[in-house]
Amino acid sequence: MTSPSSPDLLPARTEGVRPALPEPLERLSIFEGALLEQLHGRLESAAREADLLDVAYTTIDSPLGPLLLAATSQGLVRVAFANEDHGVVLAALAAAVSPRILRAPERLAEATGQLEEYFAGHRRTFDLPLDRRLSKGFRLSVHRHLPLIPYGSTESYAQVAAAVGNPRAVRAVGSACATNPLPVVIPCHRVLRSDGSPGGYLGGPRAKAWLLGLEAAA
Amino acid sequence: MKPFEQLVTDHGAMVLRVCRLLVGPGADAEDAWSETFLSALKAYPLLPLDANHEAWLATIARRKAIDLLRKRSRIPLPAEHLPERPSTLGIPGHNDDELRQAVAALPLRQREAVALHYLAGLPYAEAAELTGSSADAVRRAASDGIAKLRARYRVLQNSPEGALP
Repeated sequence: MTSPSSPDLLPARTEGVRPALPEPLERLSIFEGALLEQLHGRLESAAREADLLDVAYTTIDSPLGPLLLAATSQGLVRVAFANEDHGVVLAALAAAVSPRILRAPERLAEATGQLEEYFAGHRRTFDLPLDRRLSKGFRLSVHRHLPLIPYGSTESYAQVAAAVGNPRAVRAVGSACATNPLPVVIPCHRVLRSDGSPGGYLGGPRAKAWLLGLEAAA
Repeated sequence: MKPFEQLVTDHGAMVLRVCRLLVGPGADAEDAWSETFLSALKAYPLLPLDANHEAWLATIARRKAIDLLRKRSRIPLPAEHLPERPSTLGIPGHNDDELRQAVAALPLRQREAVALHYLAGLPYAEAAELTGSSADAVRRAASDGIAKLRARYRVLQNSPEGALP
C-alpha cells in the first residue's frame, strides 16, 4: 500500500540570527503546527480556484521507494525516483514550467491511485492525462512509442530505434530512456539490450528488475 | 527561482505570527495568512531573484492585516451578530482570549513595530521605511510594545478569570 509520505520534502528552515522572541510573543506560535497544515490545505484550493497552481506535487511511498509525482493543469508532467533528488527535480520544474509550485496531494489523487493499482499487480495500462512538455524532438517520439510495448513484453534499444524510424539511433534511444520524465507510467523499463541484459535505468538496476519481475509474474 | 512551496515551508509560521499580532489570533489572522500567500503566489514569478523572501512576505502580510482591520472597523456588525466570527480552522476547546486582549491593548504602531522587527526580523530602518516612520520611532514603538505586552500579559495571567475589569 502506498501512502502520502512526509510533507517535509523540501529542506527545513534553518533559523538565521535574529532577536530572540521576548516571552509574551511565544504565545503567538501556540498550536501553530496543526493550524499551518490546515491553512496549507486552504491555500491549495484557493490557488487552484484562482488558476495559480501551475505545478502540484506529492510524494508517495512505493515498492521502489518514495516517488515524486508532479502535475500541471494539462496532466502528469513528472515522476521521479528518490535517487534523482526530489528537491533538485522540483527546482528544475520551477525553471522549466513555473515557480508557482505547491504540495497538493489531491491534484495527484488519480495518478496516485493508478500507480498503487499497478504496483499491486492490478493494473496493466495507465489512463491518465499526460503533459509531455518535458519531452522534446527525437526523445518525444521515443517516449510516445514506449507505451505501445505491451505490459509484460520487452523490446531492445535497436527495435525501438527501428520503430521510431531511425534504426541507427540506438544510443539516442538509450539516452531518451534515461531522460524519460515519466518513468513507470511511460514504460522505459520495457526496453532491454539486444543480448537480453537489462541495461541502465533511471531508478537504478534493482528498480528495473523489480518492475520486469512484477510484469512477468502477471 | 525556488519552488513557491519552499517559501510556505520556510516562512508560513512567521507570517502567521505577524498576522496574529496585527489582527489578533483567530479567523481574521487565518484569513490574512491565506490572502498573504495567495497574493504572493500570484506575484511570485515576477519577483526579482535577489529579493529577501521573508521581508517581502512580511510586507504583504502587514498590508493584508491592515486591510482586514480597516474592513472590520468600517463595517459595524449588526447587534444580533457575534462580535467575533468563530474560527473555522481553530483548535476546538482552545481559548486565546488572553492573547487577544493583550494584543488589542497595543496601538497599531506598536504592533507593527513588534511584528516587523521581532517576528519578521527586519532591521529598524527597513521597518521604518515600510511604515513611513523613522528608525528611532520604530525602535521606541517596538520596545514600548514589548514592555506593554509583557506587563499586560502578566496581569492577565494573574487574574483568576483571565480577563481584565
